[in-house]
Amino acid sequence: MTLLTVRDLAVEFRSGVRAVDGLDLDLDTGRVLGVVGESGSGKSVTSLAVLGLLRDAQVSGEIRFDGQELTALDRRALRRLRGNRIAMIFQDPLSCLNPYYSVAFQIAEAYRAHHRAGRKQAHRVAVRMLDRVGIPEPERRARCYPHEFSGGMRQRVMIAMALCLEPDLLIADEPTTALDVTVQAQILQLLRELREEAGTAIMLITHDMGVVAGLADQVVVMHQGRAVERGPVRDVFHRPQEPYTRGLLACVPRIDGPLPDRLPTLGAIT
Amino acid sequence: MILYLLRRLAVTAAILLVICAATFAIFYLMPADPAQGACGKACSPERITEIRTTLGLNHSPLSQFGDYLTGIVSGRTYGTGEHAVNCPFPCLGFSFQTNQPVWQMLTSRLPASFSIAVGAAVLWLAVGVAAGVVSALRCGSLWDRAAMTAALGGVSLPIYFTALVLQYLLVVQLDLLPYPQVEPLTTDPVGWAQSMVMPWITLAMLYAGIYARVTRGEMLESLGQNYVRTARAKGLPEITVVRRHALRPALMPIVTIFGMDLGALLGGALITESVFGLPGVGKLAADAISSADQPVILGVTLFAASFVVLANLLVDLVYAVLDPRVRAVG
Repeated sequence: MTLLTVRDLAVEFRSGVRAVDGLDLDLDTGRVLGVVGESGSGKSVTSLAVLGLLRDAQVSGEIRFDGQELTALDRRALRRLRGNRIAMIFQDPLSCLNPYYSVAFQIAEAYRAHHRAGRKQAHRVAVRMLDRVGIPEPERRARCYPHEFSGGMRQRVMIAMALCLEPDLLIADEPTTALDVTVQAQILQLLRELREEAGTAIMLITHDMGVVAGLADQVVVMHQGRAVERGPVRDVFHRPQEPYTRGLLACVPRIDGPLPDRLPTLGAIT
Repeated sequence: MILYLLRRLAVTAAILLVICAATFAIFYLMPADPAQGACGKACSPERITEIRTTLGLNHSPLSQFGDYLTGIVSGRTYGTGEHAVNCPFPCLGFSFQTNQPVWQMLTSRLPASFSIAVGAAVLWLAVGVAAGVVSALRCGSLWDRAAMTAALGGVSLPIYFTALVLQYLLVVQLDLLPYPQVEPLTTDPVGWAQSMVMPWITLAMLYAGIYARVTRGEMLESLGQNYVRTARAKGLPEITVVRRHALRPALMPIVTIFGMDLGALLGGALITESVFGLPGVGKLAADAISSADQPVILGVTLFAASFVVLANLLVDLVYAVLDPRVRAVG
């Protein structure tokens, strides 16, 4: 069943920059859609447009989520959707967590924004979520502040916050970019488990082809605000049709191949 | 935390001692002779020698400083016999011009300064921070531009100008207020408030302008933070996003400057008190300067400096409570 349909999405900032230009996306319930592209290709802007979080920008086109047209919703209805049915995690979890509040408070806050729950009950939910995303000693760590956590732990906190309301769709915007490789693998494993257990659909935005290959079912390759290629991950990776996709794939250095003198760049290819 | 507190208290005491020494040194080096000042116009050389002995001016500077410090801690007596003058703890000096211990003069002036400073602080905090927040939320709007222009005006207008214009308008022209004079809060609250309104407005206009501009700048910065975007993505109501996630971090620098400003004002609002003729610490300083009453000038300087230093300590402690990152380091 189709959960999210984006048709002819265009985003133009007040400065005149057209960040997204006629984008179509489809995401089915419980599936993972990888959105890849270089910096500035419009991936993050697309995700913010879905949540209605863009400021100083003109958004046009259709964003249909579970039968509702999001662009037509008023602010209140959109707010009820955010966090509750569509949750989001970002890159650089340190700057995305408020340094003045404990992690449990920030998770509980998300819960209480959509449920009638007391502080204690919401706190218990937060502790349970911290446990679920693999934070050791969740009872004690719940009262810690973001600066007392490592990068990987912070991203786990972000994921706990995003998932405490059991959303239908999780938008993960470069969830592993600021993390080192072993932590990246742990976070990806966690996302994979959550998707299997809760059946959450994931829109995975990244420039890292490895991440997409490891988690996504479908992939959309974006370039200059447009989708240049789309299809099942296997097809796109093994038989890329577009020169841009081939270039993007060629930019990934391979550990098992011969080492070139210079790594290829996109500018040299397109 | 307790260790941190003790360390900070020790540092504060040391700073106060340094200020004490520096102030003392400045007055010791000044050409004016305190004995001459205390003696008055028709003064014989014998009388001056006598006063010098009474004040201990014939001792070495170091021993005079020692006597001064002892006086602060345990009180002291000037001179001996029937001319002996007792200056009880904490003795910040004795004014031979008014025949009063400096400490007693200061404490009698404190209620007026306190009323002015605290009332004005409440006013400028409320007006300044509120205007700054609204300006930041409507950045670039007509309101924003008007408020910031007004703030610039408030900052630029000198106190003696605002004070005089206010007096002319409210007292002389419109006859809304009596001429300011301190009524005790306990016996005549209405009179007290009436006498304080103009000093409050005068000071608040100056400070509110600064606070509005600082708040606006800090709010614009915190509104652009990633954690504010996270808060919106959670589906929090916009008012909660602004209050909890944008305003709280933005208020941290406000706490710092507020502590400093209030501390400085408690040590006397010299110009404001002088213009309105209110008997506060600032007025005391102005009068002491014009009559060259050195012990009083020295006392007021120390007194005002200790308020600033203590306010500084308080701000740091409040910071430790408000910011978990500071708490961890302390």
